[in-house]
Amino acid sequence: MSMSAAPSLLDVQDLTISYRVGKQWRPAIRDFRLRLQPGEIVGLVGESGSGKSTVALALMRYLSGSGRVECGARLRFKGEDLLLKSNAEMRRLWARRVKFVPQNAGAALNPSIKIGRQVAEVLKAADGIDGEEARDRVTRMFQDVNLVDPERVAGRYPHELSGGMQQRVVIAMALISNPELLIMDEPTTGLDVTTEAVILDLVRRLIAERDTGVIAISHNLGVVAQLCERVVVLYAGEIMEEARVEALFRRPRHPYTNGLISSLPKPGQRKDAAPLSAIAGNPPSLRARPSGCVFADRCAQAVDLCRERKPPLEALPDGRLVRCHRWEELAQPHPPASSPAGRCLRDPKMREGPATDETLLRAENLSKRFPLERSLRDWLGWRQAAEIRAVDGVDLRLRAGQTLGLVGESGSGKTTLARLIIGLEGRSGGKLELLGMEAQSRLRDRSPDLLAKLQMVFQNPQNSLNPYLSVRQAIRRPLIKLRGLSPAEAEAEALALLERVNLRAEYAERYPDELSGGEKQRVAIARAFASDPDLVICDEPVSALDVSVQSAVLNLLAELQDARGSAYLFISHNLSVVGYLADVIAVMYLGQLVEVGDARALFQPPFHPYAEALVSAIPAPDPTRSTQRVLLRDELPSAQNLPSGCRFHTRCPRKIGDICETEEPPWRDDEDGRQIRCHIPLDELASLQNVLIATDEVL
Amino acid sequence: MAEGRPSGAGEFNRPYAALKRVAQAQFRQPQSAVGALLVALFLVLALFGPQLAPHPKPNDQSHDARVPPTLDIGALQLGPHPFGTDRLGRDVYSRVILGAGSIFRIAGLGALISVIGGSALGMFMGYRGGWIDELIGRLIDALLAIPALLLALALAGMIRNLDFEAGSWQAALADNVILLVIAILYVPIVARVARSATLDIKTREFVEAAQIRGESQLYIISREILPSVIPALVVEGSLRFSYAIFLVASLGFLGFGARPPSPDWGLMVNENRGGFYQLTPWALEFPALAIAILVIAVNLMSDGIRRAVQKGA
Repeated sequence: MSMSAAPSLLDVQDLTISYRVGKQWRPAIRDFRLRLQPGEIVGLVGESGSGKSTVALALMRYLSGSGRVECGARLRFKGEDLLLKSNAEMRRLWARRVKFVPQNAGAALNPSIKIGRQVAEVLKAADGIDGEEARDRVTRMFQDVNLVDPERVAGRYPHELSGGMQQRVVIAMALISNPELLIMDEPTTGLDVTTEAVILDLVRRLIAERDTGVIAISHNLGVVAQLCERVVVLYAGEIMEEARVEALFRRPRHPYTNGLISSLPKPGQRKDAAPLSAIAGNPPSLRARPSGCVFADRCAQAVDLCRERKPPLEALPDGRLVRCHRWEELAQPHPPASSPAGRCLRDPKMREGPATDETLLRAENLSKRFPLERSLRDWLGWRQAAEIRAVDGVDLRLRAGQTLGLVGESGSGKTTLARLIIGLEGRSGGKLELLGMEAQSRLRDRSPDLLAKLQMVFQNPQNSLNPYLSVRQAIRRPLIKLRGLSPAEAEAEALALLERVNLRAEYAERYPDELSGGEKQRVAIARAFASDPDLVICDEPVSALDVSVQSAVLNLLAELQDARGSAYLFISHNLSVVGYLADVIAVMYLGQLVEVGDARALFQPPFHPYAEALVSAIPAPDPTRSTQRVLLRDELPSAQNLPSGCRFHTRCPRKIGDICETEEPPWRDDEDGRQIRCHIPLDELASLQNVLIATDEVL
Repeated sequence: MAEGRPSGAGEFNRPYAALKRVAQAQFRQPQSAVGALLVALFLVLALFGPQLAPHPKPNDQSHDARVPPTLDIGALQLGPHPFGTDRLGRDVYSRVILGAGSIFRIAGLGALISVIGGSALGMFMGYRGGWIDELIGRLIDALLAIPALLLALALAGMIRNLDFEAGSWQAALADNVILLVIAILYVPIVARVARSATLDIKTREFVEAAQIRGESQLYIISREILPSVIPALVVEGSLRFSYAIFLVASLGFLGFGARPPSPDWGLMVNENRGGFYQLTPWALEFPALAIAILVIAVNLMSDGIRRAVQKGA
C-alpha cells in the first residue's frame, strides 16, 4: 500500500468510536482505517446511520460530548498524532490546514454577515491577512469557483444567493486558506442535477490544481463514482470494502457493495425487463449490532459462519480491502444479483393491447398562478399584484395503466402540476378530465367516487403518516371512507394490503416511529392503494430513502401496477428512476412542458436542449462513463419574470439566435410520437446531439 | 442516529405510557419533583379539606380571638391553633385548609374551560386560515392589549352589578363570575398557542392525505391534528392553571371574588391588612404564603411537564 517513505497526509488505524446510549457506550464505528495521500479524493459511502459523518467528525477531532474515540486508535495527520493535540492546537489546524465543507451551505453561512466578509474572516484566522489584500484574495477565490461578478457577490448576504451559489461560497471558504485536508459532507445533496454536475466539475478541477487531500462523504454512488479516486464503503459502522473507484464499480467484492451497485436503476434500464435487485431488510440499529458480520442479516450469500464470527478486513493483492468471509468463493463467477421480490417478467406486448388505450387523464391548458402580495406601490399605482405562473398551459394525456414520468429541476412546477391534478391546489384555468368525467378544481367539490380513483404517495415518509395513528388505523380509514367497507371487512382488507406491500401482519400494531423510512413508505403506498385507485400520483416517493431501500420500493410500485393496473404520475428529479418506471416522460421547465415522449427513447436524441442537459448531468454510478456533459449556465430564472420567447433561451447551450428570445417555439413531432418544443428542427437537433447512453450496452 | 428509530414520540400514543413518562420526567429533576409533591399536597387539602381541618365550619367564631400561632416546628407540634386565630376568633389553619378547595375548583375549572375553548377556537382558526383567521386574530390582539387584571376587574365588576332574576341562567353565570372572567381572559391566549401548533401540523403530508380522502374539516382537526397539538396544550393548560390561581387570589383580595365570610385566601389577605395587620399579622401571612407556595409549585410542575413533553415532540 505505502508508496513513499514520506508519511501519508492522513493515516488512520483501528479507529473505534462509541456513542453514549442511555448509560452505556456503544461502538458506532469499529476499526476504521484509511490512508490518504495529498491530492487524492477518497469517497466515504454509506447509508444514513452508517456512521460516515461520525468518522468525518472524529477525523477532525470534532466529536460531540456524547461520542468518544476509544483507546488504541491511531490518527496521524502528516505524521503528527492528532489524538495528542490540545484543543488550542486543533483550533490552529482547523483555521488553516484542515477544512470542512458542511452539508447544508445555507445553514452554514451566517445570515447577517455579507459573504465577502465571512470568507475574508477565514483568511484572517488562517494567516492574519485582512484589508485590501484579503479582499483581493477573496475576489480571486470567487473567480476560481466560477462565481459570476465576484465583487458583487461579496457584497451580498447569504439569502440573496441561490443554493448552488451558496455551495460555491462554502467551497471557496474552505479552499481559500489552501488546506492540506478537506472533508466534504454530502457536497451536492440538495442541489439539482444540473447544479450538481457543475459543482462536481468544479471540485474536481479545484482539487487537481492543488495538493489537497479530500474525503468526500456521500450516500450517492453516482456522485462518488464521478468525483473520487478511491472509495470506502461503510455499513453499520464498519468498512465493508475499500477499492479504487473503477475496480469497485466494475467488480464489487463485497455482497453489500454489489447489492448497492446493482440496486441502482441504470440509465436505460426498464421495468418491463426485470425487477431491480434489492437488498432485503434494514440496517441494524446502534443498540442491536450483530456480533457476527454486520451485514449477515441482509446478505443473500450469508452462511452460518457469517452470523457467528466477524469477518476480518482482508487486504487483497490488488490493494483493496474487503470484510467478508466468502469474498473469494463469491468472486469466482459473477455473483447473481439477489432479487427477493420474484416478479415475473412482464410481456411488453401486453401493454400495447387495445384495453390500455383508454384515456384515463386528460388535462388541457392547465394552469396555476400564485398571486404575490400586493405591495404598497401596487396599491398606490392601482396595479394588479404580480403573480407567479407556476404551471402555465400544460396539456397532458395519460392512458390507463400507464406511467407518466415528470421531470425537471426544482422550481419547474412539477409538484404544483401534481397538486392541481389531485386537487390539493385549485387551478387557475384549464380543464381536467378523469375517465371522461370532469374533475372539479377543488377537493371539496369532487365526488367520493372521484376521490377514490385518485390517490397520492408523498415524498417524505416522515411526514406522510400521522405519528399518533397505528399502521392499522392509517390503512383502515380509506377502506371505510372511500370503499365503504364495514369495520370488520376493513380490518381483514387492511391486513391483506399490508401483505401486498410485503409487510408482516404484526406491523399493523406499530406506530410510524417504530418503522424505518422504507417501511413507512410501504405503509403510505398501502394507504394510497386502499381505495383501489386508477391513478396514483407519486411525488418523489423514493428520494428520501436510502439507496438499498429505494429499489425495493420501486419494485413494489411496479408490482402493484402490474397487479392492479393503476396508472402513475411519477415525479422525480432522478432521471434513472423515472426512466426505469415510466412509459411516457414529460420534461417540464418553468411551468411548461418542453418535451413529451416515449420513455424507452429517453436517452436517445433528439432531445430538447434542456432534456439533453438533464440527461447528461446524471452522475452515473460508473466511473468509466465519460460523456461530454452539457453544463447549464446560471440557474433557473425566477418564475416571476419569465423570459420572453422560449423560456429556456437564457440558459440554452444550443440557442440559435434572436428568434429564441422573441418567439415561442412550436411543438415539433417526430415519427415515434416524441414531441419537442424548440425552434431547431428535430433532425437537426438529432445530428447535433450524440447518443448519451446506449441503452443496450447497459446491464 | 439510525433513520426511522427516533425514541419517544410514539409512547404518547398509549395514554398510560404517556402518563408514566411524564410522571417519570417529573421526578427526575428535583425542582419539578418538589413542585409536583407540593401540588399533590394541596390537592389532598382541596379534596379532603372538611375532613382534615380541625374546625371544619369556615365561619366558626367560637375560639378566642387574636391567639398567636401555636405551631412549633422545632418540636413538631401543631398546638390548638397552629396558624393562630383572627380578630373574630376563627382558626386560621382551618380556614387556609378549607380555602384550598375553592381555589382549586375555580382555577382548575377555569383552566380547563380555557384549554377546551381555546384549543377549539385556535385549531379552527389555524386550519381555516384566510380572513376568518385574520379577523379573530385581530380581535384577540385587541383583547390582549388590555392589561389582564384591569380587564378582569372591569368584567367582574360589570357582571356583579347586573341584577338578574334568581334562578335564571344569567344569575347562574353571575355566580360564577370568576370562572367567566378566567375563560374570557385565557381562551384567546390558549387559542394562539393552539393556532400556531396547528399551522405547523396542517402542512404535513398526512393531513393532505386526509384531505385527498375527502375527510370533513371536523374529522381532520379532531383526528389528524389534535393528537399532535395535545402536548403543547398540556403545557399551556398547566401554565394557565398557575396564572388562574394568581388571578383568583388577586380578585379575592380586591374584593371582586368570593364574598365574606368564605375562606378565600385572597379575601383573607384583604380582610387582615391595614390596621389589622398590626394585631394579627399571622392571619394575613399564612394565606399569602399558601398562595405563593401553590403558584410556585404549579410553575415548577409545568416546567417538568414541558420538559417531558417536548423531549418527545
